[in-house]
Amino acid sequence: MKITNFLQAVIYPLAGAVGIVLIWEFYTRYFSVSQIVLPSPSSIADAMFAERELLLKHTWPTLLECIYGFGLAMVIGIPIAVCVANSRFLNLTFYPILIATQSVPKVAIAPIILVWFGIGMESKLVIAFLVAFFPIVVDTATGLRATPAGLIELSRAFRASPWQIFTKVQFPAALPFIFSGAKVAVTLAVIGAVIGEFVGANEGLGNLLLTANSQLDTPLAWAALITLSLLGILLFLAVAIAEKLLMPWNSSAVH
Amino acid sequence: MAGGAVSFGHFRNVRKTFPRPGEEPLVSIEDISFDLKDGQLISLLGPSGCGKTTFLKIVAGLVKGYEGTVQIAGEHVREPHPDFGIVFQQANLMPWRTVLSNVLFPMEILGRTGAEAVEQARELLSQVGLEGFEKAYPPQLSGGMQQRAALCRALVHKPKLLLMDEPFGALDELTRMEMHDLLLGIRERTGATTLFVTHSISEAVYLSDVVAVFSKRPALLADFIEVDLPYPRRQEMRYSSDFVELEHRASRALGISR
Repeated sequence: MKITNFLQAVIYPLAGAVGIVLIWEFYTRYFSVSQIVLPSPSSIADAMFAERELLLKHTWPTLLECIYGFGLAMVIGIPIAVCVANSRFLNLTFYPILIATQSVPKVAIAPIILVWFGIGMESKLVIAFLVAFFPIVVDTATGLRATPAGLIELSRAFRASPWQIFTKVQFPAALPFIFSGAKVAVTLAVIGAVIGEFVGANEGLGNLLLTANSQLDTPLAWAALITLSLLGILLFLAVAIAEKLLMPWNSSAVH
Repeated sequence: MAGGAVSFGHFRNVRKTFPRPGEEPLVSIEDISFDLKDGQLISLLGPSGCGKTTFLKIVAGLVKGYEGTVQIAGEHVREPHPDFGIVFQQANLMPWRTVLSNVLFPMEILGRTGAEAVEQARELLSQVGLEGFEKAYPPQLSGGMQQRAALCRALVHKPKLLLMDEPFGALDELTRMEMHDLLLGIRERTGATTLFVTHSISEAVYLSDVVAVFSKRPALLADFIEVDLPYPRRQEMRYSSDFVELEHRASRALGISR
């Protein structure tokens, strides 16, 4: 039962992807579409293989920007969520501001961030952080507030201290929410890093994509795009695996 | 408890009101007085919303600001006491902990972890028929099994007083009857003094030494019924004329029948 489920989950989307690639290849060849407008999958694959060292060289800074930005969002976002969830005063004072700042388009502040933090990695890291921060705070705060009242009352009946209630009850109860926030955040961090690289950078996959595009090297631009997507999927999977490892009870609940 | 000393649980003129904005305060409990003797099980029977759960939570030290006297073992109850065990209607097990770890939760809070605590928890789990489920996670258990684990958690630190708030209310009829005999067995072994909130007349009569019948809100004691059925209690007693007579008396006190 489990194996067929797994095969379904892997084979069906894989078959779908292969189908799309075949139709794409056929279309570009049959209608002789210009490589500049739409490169064929095979030429993109060629570009990926030929430029693998260049791609890898540019993947590294982008990956670091994402990880640092996402990590910073976790390290800063979770404590802020804890404060907001546990204090009515802080919640009333800062939550509306938090939501207001979220409505500022990140693309629009990217140039300003660049002025503040320079053309290096720092500015991208900050943009990735800004984008990833919000879902982490909101989901963590929601999770902390959603702790079943019965569990808290039970802990109080045994005279658990507020710190014990937080570490032993509230935080583990919020973990599923924190991880769903983190999964959204990590993919957003990739977007943030690329926005930063588009606005101004000397390296990174976003920068490579722009350069290749301006030189009309469309297959390379596509190769960079696909590498970026793979990077996003990889980071998402890393968070999903961490979730499985840290919350064994969640997967065991599913029969 | 010889020599007519003060009872284990001593409740006198307990009154509880809840403030309401722009209105008269809501009187939840008007005036409740009774004694709980050492080793006794007293049921608090009453219609829903009558304040019996509030009364239990006052005794548990979870509700503050009541009037009157609430004493357990000669001490005024002002806050939760580590010598109490509590079971709610919902099992309230933590899904991220194994069954064994859930049972050990009170010991962790009380700082009494160690091999002895684990041994005690395992012993309790086997007594309620959960042997082999120590490493399972709560979502893998049925409702009845979860409630049995919750019962072990309430008993693991050998409490002097067991407080139960409609613990079997969410279970189906057959599981509930099973749980009744399980609880009676545990009481036989541990002699735990117990307050048991319920809205089931038959459950109250079957389990209790005394049924304290609460009136509708604001709660007064409508009747205080001594259940003189012999121990050990057997399921067939439910059909005896004595049992039915006691149920009838409780039903009259509740104003359901005449």
